[in-house]
Amino acid sequence: MIEFVLDGRSRVATYMQLVLQVKQALRVGLLRPGDQLPRVREVAQTLAINPNTVLKAYRELELEGLAAGRPGVGTFLVDTLAGPSLEHHADLRADLVGWLEKARAAGLSRDDITALIETTMRSMWDDRAAPAAAAAVREEGHLT
Amino acid sequence: MTETALETAGLGKRYGRSTWALRDCTLSLPTGRIAALVGPNGAGKSTLLHLAVGLLRAQEGSVRVFGRDPRTDRAALADLGFVAQETPLYRDFTAAELDRVGRRLNRRWDGALVRERLAQLEIPADRPVGRLSGGQRAQVALALALAKRPRILLLDEPIASLDPLARREFMQTLMGAVGETGTTVLLSSHLLEDLERACDHLIVLRRARVQLSGAVDELLEQHRTLIGPRLPEGTAIPGVDRIVRASHTDRQSTLLVRAAVGAEPAVLPGEGWRAQEISLEDLVLGYLAASADPADPAGRADGERELVRR
Repeated sequence: MIEFVLDGRSRVATYMQLVLQVKQALRVGLLRPGDQLPRVREVAQTLAINPNTVLKAYRELELEGLAAGRPGVGTFLVDTLAGPSLEHHADLRADLVGWLEKARAAGLSRDDITALIETTMRSMWDDRAAPAAAAAVREEGHLT
Repeated sequence: MTETALETAGLGKRYGRSTWALRDCTLSLPTGRIAALVGPNGAGKSTLLHLAVGLLRAQEGSVRVFGRDPRTDRAALADLGFVAQETPLYRDFTAAELDRVGRRLNRRWDGALVRERLAQLEIPADRPVGRLSGGQRAQVALALALAKRPRILLLDEPIASLDPLARREFMQTLMGAVGETGTTVLLSSHLLEDLERACDHLIVLRRARVQLSGAVDELLEQHRTLIGPRLPEGTAIPGVDRIVRASHTDRQSTLLVRAAVGAEPAVLPGEGWRAQEISLEDLVLGYLAASADPADPAGRADGERELVRR
């Protein structure tokens, strides 16, 4: 079971904050198919929010095929957002911690590290996207 | 499902010969909503609530609770729960005694619910309520009002006098109870921040008049702040039903506008304009400020007039 927490400063609608929190929990494996979501009444009471807001969030999850309501019992998760990659997370995280320690030892600040990671990711993804886009253009050329 | 819990038409209440506490009040509250009744002190909030529960008689118009007149139809009273301002309980009575009184006076009464709630909140049921804290007393009043299992619960400034923690606990209990029973709620307050996440319906009162009433989602969707170059005098903006509030500098105009029915809310007057979404607080404050001109309390045209005058 998860406990919902709202971000008081966020401009994101309250129901959407609940939806995003469930999705995040599914992505990292904190929630799995078969798990029950907290009851509407409990969420409304704990967060002091309108029960209709909780219902709206659960309906949204149902519409997206992630959850299903069982009348009189509650709302249960039926699908996950965690890809098959989830099992590799622990290993990758260990590698990343090692790399971060190396970067810090080399004198990089937190901002330096973030910048380095972002620029590296951008160039990697752009390099991959570019040939794909070119291929798409060629494809289209053939069709016309 | 969208049955109407509370409906008023042209409702008016006058004190003395000429002081109207509420006038031309026409609104409708669908069942299942949690409605905030907001406005400054003396706007008519308490008057509207007292009319709705049948404690006051109107001089004009009508009020119906689930289709019944609360002053003449006793069956209407069984559906009503009311917590008046300052939670006026008999202070020498304990919560347990008040529970017994309630059972005697009401046809429908869930005493187990009262005991359960008070135990959960660790409020002593054997101490005179006058010796409880303000927060605990408010919780006792709420528990008693809920024991009637009302279909609509009206609360007059229930959290105004409470400290932030007690306020939060009160709203938690109330939201939990609504989640359980689906009761329609109408609560008055001048503390908007506590209501923003709780309420899905809004009624704004000022100077005895309803300024705004409707579902929060829809109201936010209909309103925008438009910012752009100084508008020439008397400019009409296509798609805008009403300029609620306008302020100008020599170069810039800032307008709070309500979109015409069926129009896209973000129609812009021209080049150089942008539209911004509006928060619930800005919406309420915009309407309260719009009608601040005492010469025109109804305030339909004052936004436009202001635009012309300057």
